[in-house]
Amino acid sequence: MSGVDDSSGRWGWRLTCAVTVVVYIFLFAPIAATIVLSFNASMFGGFPITGFSLHWYGTLFENEAVLAAFQTSLWIALFTAAVTTVVGIAAALALVRFEFAGKAAVNTLAILPALVPETILGVGLLVLIKAIDQPRTYLILLLGHILLALPFVVLVIQARLIGIRRVYEEAALSLGATRAATFREVTLPLLLPAVFASVLLAFTISFDNTTASLFWRPAGVETMPTQILSMLKVSISPEVNALGTLMVVITVGVPLLGGVIAKILSELQRRRQKGEVT
Amino acid sequence: MRKGWSVNDWRVAWALCAPTVILIVVLLILPIVVMGVYSFFTFVTAGVESPELTLANWQEFLSDSYYHGFLLKTVRVGAMTAAICALVGYFPAYFIWATGFRHKWMLLLLLIVPFWISFTIRTFSWIHILGEQGLINVVLLRLGLIDEPYRLLYTEGAVIMGLVHFLLPYMILNVYVSLEGIDRTLIQAARSMGCTSAQAFREVTLPLSLPGLGAGLLLCFVLAAGSYVTPQLLGGPRDALFGNLIYDTVMSQLNWPMGATLSMVLFVLLGICAAAYSRYMGLSQIMKGMSA
Repeated sequence: MSGVDDSSGRWGWRLTCAVTVVVYIFLFAPIAATIVLSFNASMFGGFPITGFSLHWYGTLFENEAVLAAFQTSLWIALFTAAVTTVVGIAAALALVRFEFAGKAAVNTLAILPALVPETILGVGLLVLIKAIDQPRTYLILLLGHILLALPFVVLVIQARLIGIRRVYEEAALSLGATRAATFREVTLPLLLPAVFASVLLAFTISFDNTTASLFWRPAGVETMPTQILSMLKVSISPEVNALGTLMVVITVGVPLLGGVIAKILSELQRRRQKGEVT
Repeated sequence: MRKGWSVNDWRVAWALCAPTVILIVVLLILPIVVMGVYSFFTFVTAGVESPELTLANWQEFLSDSYYHGFLLKTVRVGAMTAAICALVGYFPAYFIWATGFRHKWMLLLLLIVPFWISFTIRTFSWIHILGEQGLINVVLLRLGLIDEPYRLLYTEGAVIMGLVHFLLPYMILNVYVSLEGIDRTLIQAARSMGCTSAQAFREVTLPLSLPGLGAGLLLCFVLAAGSYVTPQLLGGPRDALFGNLIYDTVMSQLNWPMGATLSMVLFVLLGICAAAYSRYMGLSQIMKGMSA
């Protein structure tokens, strides 16, 4: 940076660099250890490393509890992503494109679930269904995950909608398109990158959720994270390391891939828009 | 403001908002109200309560030092976590902001990546570093510096370490967003008027980045104080926090009225923190950090 020329500035900058490097190592070292240990041949989950082996990935695919938990999480996450995105787009449209009484209140309400600790969300929903004497079902788990993901989806779609100029929609309307047709033909295509990001975000939030799911899951049902927790109760096994590594590869790989696709989509769109305007 | 298409059609607007509003009212507002009512119900036996209203749960909470201990420990751990995050997290945020490095988006991306990795996995990974079979103990034993493994895991320190690991990205991103909003010519002006770079930082950059630091502190404190998984995995039995207390009360003892009371306590405590913050800073700062 310009102007770091006196000694206090130089030392300050050196300290900043050093702490930054340490922080990045701190953030990733434990996960790196898990990934390395998942290929360890040892019967135990920890160090030292005794040899290279893929054995623990093999046992993982024969572990029926893990496979069942994976399926549960996958389905819940898919439904959460679909429902949350649709509901979130509608709310974001209203909040960005309309003026109405109570808008500020709706805006705050939409963000609220992100600010309340999960433990309280968990107990709250559970007390509610106990009060009306309902059992814990998959539907409760699904509704809960929708609640958790909704604020983030609304935020992401809102941010993108603000960036889309209204003139495109106005042009379509003035040319005689209905409101629905305008949304379908103009707004939605422009919104596509954000829709894509929301689906991914909602999917990840649902798939990763641990604390609230411990409260909401039906009796005897495990999701992926709660399954990992219950495996850890015995001891840290090499199988857990293998499972963790697989999940890291999936949950980091998918958004990275999604980000690349979204970037390509919005790039194509920008070109098309430019072509149409000029 | 220019009148665009149908901006005043409140019926369409409310129809679009309705699903979100209904979901949040039914799944969040209503449960909190019911929880408030439940905290006055009478506990009969595990899993059974009667709707006779009583103050017994609140009296028990207010008079029993067992609960006060949990509350104090939770506040202490939350505050320490937030403070460490602020102290340690300011440096990388400042570095990313100030660096001339061309690919600084990569540094930012690396802060987002932890959000994609399952929180449970990130937390249990610390067992590999701190445990008896963990990296630190194995290396120290091999080097002959110690004779038997140090007890690093299942301590309050390990819990704070795990929470800091989980919350640092929130802090760094919040501070970074705030730093990005600073007009850099102000710093140049301070320098040209004869400030040393340390003075310029203390008098200009630091005060202007305080809103981000404040938002980060609040977010870290609230999330740390509400945590359940981290103390469960990295702490010993004595390191349980309020979240664990609530879980045990509800899920193990099946004492729903007491569980509801404890949940209300945590909700009110953290609500006061958030309200106090938004009074001084406005919640928009947190929104900025979250959507970053």
